[in-house]
Amino acid sequence: MSGDAVKAISRVFGWLLFLSLCLGSAAFARTTDHSTLDALQGPFKTGPDVTKACLSCHNKAGHQVMKSVHWTWDKISPTTGKRLGKKFAANNFCGSPLSNEPRCTSCHAGYGWRDNTFDFTQQDNVDCLACHDTTSTYKKIATDAGHPLYEPREIPPGSGKIVQPPNLAKIAQQVGKPGRNNCGACHFNGGGGDAVKHGDLDSSLIKPSKSLDVHMGVDGQNMVCADCHTFNDHQPSGSRYAVRATDSHGIDLPKDDHDRATCESCHSATPHKKDKLNDHTNRVACQSCHIPEFARGGIATKMLWDWSTGGKRGPDGKPLYINDDHGHLIYSAEKGDFKYAENVRPEYKWYNGVVHQIAITDKIDDSRILEINRVEGSASDANARIWPFKVMHGKQPYDTVNKTLVVNHVFGKDDTAFWTNFDYAKAIQAGMDYAGLPYSGKFGFIETRMNWFITHMVAPKEKAVPCGECHTKSDEGRLAGLTDFYMPGRDAKPWLDFIGWAAVVMAIFGGLAHAAVRITIARRNRRAS
Amino acid sequence: MSTERVMIYKRFERFWHWSQAILIIGMMITGFEIHGTYSLLGFGRAVELHTLFAWTVLTLWAFTIVWQFTTGEWRQYLPGLRNVDAMIRYYLYGIFHGGKHPFNKTVLQKHNPLQRLAYLAFLALMGPMIWGSGLFYLFYNQWPRFGLDAYISLEWVAFVHVVGAFTITTFFFVHVYLTTTGPTLLTHIRSMITGYDDHEH
Ligand code: HEM
Repeated sequence: MSGDAVKAISRVFGWLLFLSLCLGSAAFARTTDHSTLDALQGPFKTGPDVTKACLSCHNKAGHQVMKSVHWTWDKISPTTGKRLGKKFAANNFCGSPLSNEPRCTSCHAGYGWRDNTFDFTQQDNVDCLACHDTTSTYKKIATDAGHPLYEPREIPPGSGKIVQPPNLAKIAQQVGKPGRNNCGACHFNGGGGDAVKHGDLDSSLIKPSKSLDVHMGVDGQNMVCADCHTFNDHQPSGSRYAVRATDSHGIDLPKDDHDRATCESCHSATPHKKDKLNDHTNRVACQSCHIPEFARGGIATKMLWDWSTGGKRGPDGKPLYINDDHGHLIYSAEKGDFKYAENVRPEYKWYNGVVHQIAITDKIDDSRILEINRVEGSASDANARIWPFKVMHGKQPYDTVNKTLVVNHVFGKDDTAFWTNFDYAKAIQAGMDYAGLPYSGKFGFIETRMNWFITHMVAPKEKAVPCGECHTKSDEGRLAGLTDFYMPGRDAKPWLDFIGWAAVVMAIFGGLAHAAVRITIARRNRRAS
Repeated sequence: MSTERVMIYKRFERFWHWSQAILIIGMMITGFEIHGTYSLLGFGRAVELHTLFAWTVLTLWAFTIVWQFTTGEWRQYLPGLRNVDAMIRYYLYGIFHGGKHPFNKTVLQKHNPLQRLAYLAFLALMGPMIWGSGLFYLFYNQWPRFGLDAYISLEWVAFVHVVGAFTITTFFFVHVYLTTTGPTLLTHIRSMITGYDDHEH
């Protein structure tokens, strides 16, 4: 079949797929009205009580969720074979969930992961509502190991603001498919707050305009996360631990694996009307041109987190907190210095899907900046494409003798937690003891970088990066840093240009000189005659 | 002495010459923008136009080649070294001193010996160099399909193309200047427009 025919057919299938998505979420009426089910009449005392009720019908759901990374926080990298997931992979944001569980597990798809005795085989501890609440009233509170409130509570303590517990029965009776709010409750708040971590995921995506996100825009396709991050038996597709840097499969048809977390799944690898643009798709990820900037929704993302300055106190002896003119916290005694940015142009790197992720137990080289998750790829690697990244700058504690990163115990009411006592020596010792890892007792701070690929906040096509922002000699060119291949418009050979222009200039001046001689001699002859 | 007007450049030839001139100027302008020498239209527009001009000129050349062979005009480009020295001497000396042009255009011999050489170089060397490398450039993404990527790199295809581009640009300026060396500044240009040349007997 000719390329054009394939293209035409894939376009038709693309639209069919899209239509079926729309119909799937709108026209097909549900066959069950949950509000009439006896099991869901409540009242429910706790989250696990709700889960029991759900599982009384959906008897496989619990075990499906328990296999997913949303539950295990543990994953073997399919490319490097290394054990990853929140429990093992290091990062340069909050650090490790170990010893800080009640705070961190407020984003665990379960209830009660308070410490390392949590029972991962107990299906009643799966949290169904975090993902299936459609009322937006269900909230896991920040400090209760994944539980919502069950009694009214003053939050924050001493503020006089009483927060009411959610009505679990009412929520359970209205469960449905996950919407942007559900996923966003955790994924928009990675790193401990709105927009902190990813740069392309923040609460501006709850009700985005088309110009912010061409797929999710409420004035456009109004898609939700799970339209692309399709789930199969409660396993999400599209993970940063198993990235397809190049999707050679292309359009995902109903007979395929129902994994649509790549652009190609719907758009194919040759979606452009202009052939020259299609010529790019084997080496340039869609995201590189179609997400000109991240943090475009009006919420700044963190670009730097320097733990080394943490623990300062103000003149009043109280822990110091400083806000900048925009109201951003730029210094916190608990966490150190921060820098933020909005509308950030990504950095571009070759990426073939393999990430060399540092684990907390790995030996590190402290003689230079530590790249916590180096992405692999180069121009000569046929599987690599140029991808956009947010590069997070960090400075964080490490063991200066054993040369490993450390577990920092930050959260808790005990006398070692850093956020309560502001003493790194104690906090790190406690964290490492808790994790059962070797620790020399000596710590320092190492500068780190972390790569977060940018894949959300896809702009409408009119706002795609113009050709000339890469194809330019300017040092400001978007790909100025990627020098291992020839790019037209950028990579002229200076000596060739020199010779070439010299020849052209000589031709022009040769003509002019010849003309000048002709004119002078003609004048002289005329005068003479 | 009488003056006779003779049709030297036939209608197709003139059409071919001027459309080729426009296209090559267009390709010069857009090509060097693609090369990164300046920015005028924007890289994307420049590539689009350059590609459009390239296909147009390739089509034009296809017709021209057929024309050259069916009319036998291709013989006009057969080189000979005889009298080349006379031409060079004329441009370096005679032209300044009222010397007579050593060559008279006729229908059978339109080009002076130097022109024959230059145009042959254009047709046989510069042309193929630019369109050959240009076609490789254009079909960059198809190389792997034919296993070509093992032998050629974009860097060298671009290199050949740029060498061709500089050569043609240089040629262009010399060519334009030499059109002014007729009996009057515009004589040659006029005959390429009207097709006629004035012949004195
Ligand atoms: C049939 C003739 C030609 C073809 C098929 C052709 C094709 C191309 C193509 C495909 C490109 C690369 C555009 C891209 O980046 O995608 C290019 C670049 C270029 N072309 Fe041509 N072209 C032709 C004639 C010319 C002529 C007549 C000139 C100038 C006199 C010219 C000058 C250039 C220059 C300077 C570049 C930039 C090369 C670089 O810096 O890498 N081209 N051409």
